[in-house]
Amino acid sequence: MAVTIAKEKWTSKVGEMVLGTEPNAVKVGGESTLPFLHFEGEIPNKPVMALEVWDLEPTDWPEILKQPFEGVLGDPVAWAKKNVEYGADVVALRLMSAHPDFKDASPEDCAATAKAVADAINVPLIVIGCGVEEKDAQVLEKVGEALNGKNCLIGCATEKNYKTITATAMVNGHNVIASSPLDINLAKQLNILMTEMNLPANRIAIDPLVGALGYGIEYAYSIMERARMGALMGDKMLAMPVICFVGQEAWKAKEAKSPSDETPEWGAQERRAILWEVITATTFIQAGGSILVLRHPESVKQVKAHIDKMMESNAY
Amino acid sequence: MILIGERINGMFKDIREAIVNRDPEPVRYWARRQYEQCAAYLDINTGPTVEAADQPAVMEWLVKTAQEAAPLPCCIDSTNPDAIEAGLKVHKGKAMINSTTADQFKMDIYLPMAAKYNAAIIGLAMNEKGVPKSASDRIALAMEIVVNCDMHGIPMEDLYIDPLMLPCNVAQEHGVEVLETLRMIKTLADPPPRTTMGLSNASQRCTNRHLINRTFLIMSMACGLDSAIADVDDDELLNAVAAANILLNKDIYCDSFLKTFRSR
Repeated sequence: MAVTIAKEKWTSKVGEMVLGTEPNAVKVGGESTLPFLHFEGEIPNKPVMALEVWDLEPTDWPEILKQPFEGVLGDPVAWAKKNVEYGADVVALRLMSAHPDFKDASPEDCAATAKAVADAINVPLIVIGCGVEEKDAQVLEKVGEALNGKNCLIGCATEKNYKTITATAMVNGHNVIASSPLDINLAKQLNILMTEMNLPANRIAIDPLVGALGYGIEYAYSIMERARMGALMGDKMLAMPVICFVGQEAWKAKEAKSPSDETPEWGAQERRAILWEVITATTFIQAGGSILVLRHPESVKQVKAHIDKMMESNAY
Repeated sequence: MILIGERINGMFKDIREAIVNRDPEPVRYWARRQYEQCAAYLDINTGPTVEAADQPAVMEWLVKTAQEAAPLPCCIDSTNPDAIEAGLKVHKGKAMINSTTADQFKMDIYLPMAAKYNAAIIGLAMNEKGVPKSASDRIALAMEIVVNCDMHGIPMEDLYIDPLMLPCNVAQEHGVEVLETLRMIKTLADPPPRTTMGLSNASQRCTNRHLINRTFLIMSMACGLDSAIADVDDDELLNAVAAANILLNKDIYCDSFLKTFRSR
């Protein structure tokens, strides 16, 4: 009698999201099995790497992170172009200037920056607000209008501001990042609320607000894994691609920020910090992350090499 | 929980009349209604009043009519193999055969049919001698079916063992045996066969039928019941299943869990 190889049979799949417009559109999601189990199902799209651009010069970035962007840190358009040169599949514009503690920039100014960046690059654009929920709703409403038809990914929508952001995404043809703090119930609930406004489920990306290596990565991993298994078993309100803000978390870690001379026993900072970002990213890719927002170009290069290997079929 | 809507059955007056008059409307209504109520399959049974010679034609008509009204597969329910095959021939998608017993002569008819039409099949844990009383006797018959399915290459996920619940007002001692049987079925093979039951049987000619059905369904789910032929028009039954899916860690909790259970 022939040996039957036990394979998991999933009944459903992750929705496929399209970012940007042809000929430069990028697809994410669409998996019908767990990450890279090519022998069990389809992995039609590989995870994509986004590099961050800020609309004001970051003050708290370590020198080694600023170094690759020397000369463009104060110019979001030039910075975005640099990111594309560095191999970013997608550019993630963070409108930090809107933050009341920084410039408290107006929604109109933010929208003009977003438009200028979008027009200068040939890859899809993610636009993230400053993290203040009320302000983000105002800013993203204008940004959504300015980027009408460019099929961007905008966010982050939360329980408090999802209505405005969802509405602007629907009117102007964008996708939305739905953020919830490492809580599967809240993630699912927010997706339900957004789809009840008639935003198609495949235009939502889940942001589980992950932590970095050493800072709760296991918890984030298990939440993502559970959500993904739910999705594959037919839970449509969890069957969305997942976006992970890896860079912002990894570069907050003291293991990434501490200079070589302060902690010589940890090894050279550059290698250590980039590894911190790379390991955080590859871990979340294994948990089902589809869009990884990174900060250092060398991390993009290394994670891409990892993904290329993982995308080689292991079907049998 | 794979719910099989019980309503398109000639035992019900409206369906019986629909068959006599070849009036598709009641069949369509119940196909759509049960689809809206989360049924995954539509049980289709001509009922006992149709002559054996007419059953194949009636089954064919019922299956076609139901599938035109709702995008669901059917659970083709008859004691007449010709009626079952007539239903399978016109069926779209993956059907379920309801059912074979553990009698060898019946398995020799229905299991090749399931293999030929790539259908799932319900195996009743009984034989010509009737329904056994104890769980271990039920399991012995279930094992016969498991072995025969394996010989025909029918995967365990396509076999639904029904431990056979009897009305609690006349055969009260069977309830605990059925629950024990459900637990034991899951140890018969790896991967294990699936389980189902004709839920409304539990409360035949009882008062408070909905309560009895609902309670027994949830108890059975805790013991490994995967599917049931049931009255899906019973909203409280669906709500209880939604809650049980959460408590058994089959669905991921969210505050709108009742609503999400209803959405496909």
